[in-house]
Amino acid sequence: MTAELVLQIVLTVAAALVGVGVFGALSQQSIVMIMMGFELALNGVLLGGAAAWYFLAPQAPDAQMVVVVALVVMAVEMAMGFAATIAIYRARQVDMVDMATELQG
Amino acid sequence: MSEMEIPVGTSAAAWGTWSAVLTVTAVGLLLGFLVAATDRAVLTGSGARAAVGTLQSGTRLLLEQRRTTLAPDSLLWRLGCAAVPVLALLSLAVVPIGGRTLLSSSADLVWFNAMEAVLWAAVWLVGWGPNAVHALTGGYRFLIQGLSYELPLMFALITVGVGAQSLRTTNVVAAQADLWFVVTMPVAFVVFLASAAAFAFWGPFASPAGADIAGGVTSELSGVDRLLVDAGRAVFLGAAAAMATALFLGGDAGPWLPGPLWQLVKTVGVVVLLVVVGHRVPVIRPDRFVEIGWMVLIPATLLQALLVSVLVLSGFYG
Amino acid sequence: MLTDLPAWAVAAVIALGGLSVAAGIAVFVVDSMARATFALLTSFLAVAGILVALQLPYLAFVTALMMTIEMALMAVFMIMFMMNPAGLMPMTMVHNARGSAVLGAGAFVLLTVGIWTMDWPTRNGAVPADSTRQLGEAIMGSHMLVMLVIGVALFATIIAGTVLATARGRYDRFGAELDAARPDDPVPGGLPR
Repeated sequence: MTAELVLQIVLTVAAALVGVGVFGALSQQSIVMIMMGFELALNGVLLGGAAAWYFLAPQAPDAQMVVVVALVVMAVEMAMGFAATIAIYRARQVDMVDMATELQG
Repeated sequence: MSEMEIPVGTSAAAWGTWSAVLTVTAVGLLLGFLVAATDRAVLTGSGARAAVGTLQSGTRLLLEQRRTTLAPDSLLWRLGCAAVPVLALLSLAVVPIGGRTLLSSSADLVWFNAMEAVLWAAVWLVGWGPNAVHALTGGYRFLIQGLSYELPLMFALITVGVGAQSLRTTNVVAAQADLWFVVTMPVAFVVFLASAAAFAFWGPFASPAGADIAGGVTSELSGVDRLLVDAGRAVFLGAAAAMATALFLGGDAGPWLPGPLWQLVKTVGVVVLLVVVGHRVPVIRPDRFVEIGWMVLIPATLLQALLVSVLVLSGFYG
Repeated sequence: MLTDLPAWAVAAVIALGGLSVAAGIAVFVVDSMARATFALLTSFLAVAGILVALQLPYLAFVTALMMTIEMALMAVFMIMFMMNPAGLMPMTMVHNARGSAVLGAGAFVLLTVGIWTMDWPTRNGAVPADSTRQLGEAIMGSHMLVMLVIGVALFATIIAGTVLATARGRYDRFGAELDAARPDDPVPGGLPR
């Protein structure tokens, strides 16, 4: 198999993860489930970064740094997401985005 | 310092994949048996009869009929029970046996740590599966305890990696040719052993399976499931003792005796030390251990890592 | 140019890729929130397996480590906040499923068209012998700024997360005059003070 074909297959898997993640983040009502959607999309970013490193530029560490940053973004998203969930739940017993409308115009 | 990298082939490459896998599995089960028998011997005060008793109760669990609960999540429950011993054996895959590891990569120490992290999910599933309150409480306790020991454990492993300037376990053993790491890393050694007891939720860290919650995560286990979880905990403790030997006690280095024998002697010594000391310390409540972990152990392990880093820069490790 | 991955590695990458997508879909299909969480973990572990095949062992193991801990904690929050964590009473908790599906599928199609129509460059040089060393030297050398920013961002996250999540301030702990000898905490803690 050519390297390009394997790269395209791996990137298609990453695109599928992003697509499913976007669907989940937009369709779910529970905040916890929305965060799972984000995580899934970031999982695709992580895979794309790794594929770019191996198939395009393994001599440079930049694509590895993309993976590291994706991991950190996941950690930050998770920590802040749960902190915000706890804050609004404590204030108003809300755990669904349809009821948290303070920022709606 | 790439000149320090000493390429050692994996045992899979040297002995053939299947015999290497079988060796690691056999060593893991023997280590688990050693831990369980020593544990029983210390608890009951009976010498050789403890070994027989361990085998007897293991066989009884194997033949016992499984009982179940109302509306359990069977898939996740079975998955969690099976994962405990499998993860224990996988963590042993990066421990040198006869000078070679089954798996070898440039991040062996992270592999060991990752197997222990996946154990969080497995133990929580064992608690979640039976749809029972005591079991789930035990699962929660394990996670709280995990949040307290995880960072000190990571810093202890990082300290070893810094000292050896490699994350490959065979390189870590080779780096201790002149001086065992336990001499310059006593805090990391103690934290590693304490964390081993914590992730096997054994001894002073047994509150996830505590008597006050009727056995916690293990309360609804019976038959093969209980055997898998209990054996998995014992194998994990044995694997951690073997890992401590490789990381801090020079692995198979020693005079007169052949290498594997030295490694066995040291590993048995660590197991006996763990069991004897572990049974003399009372069970720590997880909510108290959180503060100890974050206020005492994290600063202590950070200082340990700083000390080792300074020693590395001064050329102490050669 | 032929790939330097052996045939079994290509097969493993494709199988794990399929598993990761299937598990990702399962996250939003299963009723039980515990199963959804662990389906997501399966997806992460499959991607970690692909990273091993792509000779990035350090990043693979760190992904497995971080994501497993994250998912285990997520399970705790899920039980805390969801009405129906075990899925014993199936209910739908979605809004605008059709529009979301169109957008998700649209994102996938757009990316896929780009992936399969683009003329990908051939890679520069061979894979280094030790990708972990390459990453370590980048973090402590050419890419140190990235790591510094990440460190500050994580520190800010710790503080902001704690501030958001805790409802108790120093007046709750030490009294209105801040003169209590011992803080009045719901959990006493393990150190003598």
